[in-house]
Amino acid sequence: MKSVILFDSTNLALWAEEILKENDITAKMISVPRKISSDCGYCVMIDSTQKQQAEKLLLKYNIDHNEIADLEDI
Amino acid sequence: MNPIYFDNAATSFPKPDAVYTSVYNCMQVGGGNPGRSGHKMSIAAGQLVFKTRKALAEFFGVRNPMRVIFTLNATEALNLAIIGLARKGTHFITTSMEHNSTLRPLHELQKKGLINYTIVEASADGLIDPVKILDSIQTNTRAVIINHASNVTGTIQPILEIGKLCRKNNLILIADCAQSAGTVPIHIAESNIDILCLTGHKGLLGPRGTGAMILSDEFDEQELTPLKFGGTGSLSDRIDHPDFLPDKFECGTLNVPGIAGLYEGVNFISNFPGGIAVISATKNSFSRNFITHAKNQIKGFTCYSDENMRNSGVVSFNIEGISASEITQWLSENHNIMSRQGLHCAPVAHKTIGTFPQGTVRFSFGIFNTFSEIEQSISALSRLVNEK
Ligand SMILES: Cc1ncc(COP(=O)(O)O)c(C=O)c1O
Repeated sequence: MKSVILFDSTNLALWAEEILKENDITAKMISVPRKISSDCGYCVMIDSTQKQQAEKLLLKYNIDHNEIADLEDI
Repeated sequence: MNPIYFDNAATSFPKPDAVYTSVYNCMQVGGGNPGRSGHKMSIAAGQLVFKTRKALAEFFGVRNPMRVIFTLNATEALNLAIIGLARKGTHFITTSMEHNSTLRPLHELQKKGLINYTIVEASADGLIDPVKILDSIQTNTRAVIINHASNVTGTIQPILEIGKLCRKNNLILIADCAQSAGTVPIHIAESNIDILCLTGHKGLLGPRGTGAMILSDEFDEQELTPLKFGGTGSLSDRIDHPDFLPDKFECGTLNVPGIAGLYEGVNFISNFPGGIAVISATKNSFSRNFITHAKNQIKGFTCYSDENMRNSGVVSFNIEGISASEITQWLSENHNIMSRQGLHCAPVAHKTIGTFPQGTVRFSFGIFNTFSEIEQSISALSRLVNEK
């Protein structure tokens, strides 16, 4: 299963993508699925099994994020 | 005949080849709008902008790349910093070596009755004594704005000392690094700089129309009010402009091709053999070489930069009996040498060195110049003097 991490800012999403990749988490920028948000930006898709690991990294680097949504949920 | 380009303080030329190709590729292939849409081209453009943000953050010793705010140039960055910090009844300190991009916003704010400011006088060779800054502090002083390297004399200010005294006295330090970025090593935290303003098209070797305001990791951005509001690609459902970085200060579509070029410029300098210290030393030795030879060989030559002081590669001079504009025009027409005459947007600096209102001729050297070009310019100037 895949999950997406949502951000207020596309700039933060881009930073997060890089930090995750640097730490061996498969991360991909995708446009925010319509059902989640109406905003024009993008979000970072990861493997759901790496959710906790990703959250810890974002906390460590102080990268503010919003919810992490499982793609099956939508 | 190739031009001899001695106007690098206005804008550097040539640029590394990678700068040209990345601008071209960005226009031809990477045509998306960063942060606006979710398609691959938009994302690729966003990644390119992010990569440049990160490179600049690393270059100046900033940990958080979100603290790099892209602007059109140093002028926009300085306006954003100065106007953004202005509060009614506050006082600013600046120096006589500043560019109009600092002096004019301060003057406008003072005319509106919002702030007042003190100009600390430099010595005749353009150097600021930090003690004079200390002596100008008032109870309501909010910030100090300092031109790190003079675009008139090439004088490099003691930013470490000034930073220390600002920190001790709880003053915000804005550094105008238009001339020093890419030329003089700068570490934002070590120098206690709070807001670093730069332009991308001079020492950093990027295209014109690029610049940045960089906030130190410690500076509280709530101190700063934005100048522009608009589209950021974030929180679009709300009427309130976002208050997180960089969106708070950065809106509207960016100059992505310019930023692509700027990345390559910064990359070129970061990977320069021996590092930025070698760039600094090279420009310094160009200045010293020019001044010592010109003094010996050109009759009536007066130089306003001291060859024994550390210099950023910028030299101002006059030749007795020949006006600055006559000299620059003659060099351009007859010897294909590009230089600049006049006041260099820094009228108060020219008062300090005693050349207002007539100005000076300015030679500003770049990393691609050679000692042989300097020799050619000296023989050209000698010929002009002898012909007169
Ligand atoms: C010291 C200094 N500050 C600011 C600027 C403004 O730079 P820009 O024209 O790129 O805004 C310049 C150059 O023109 C400069 O030399």
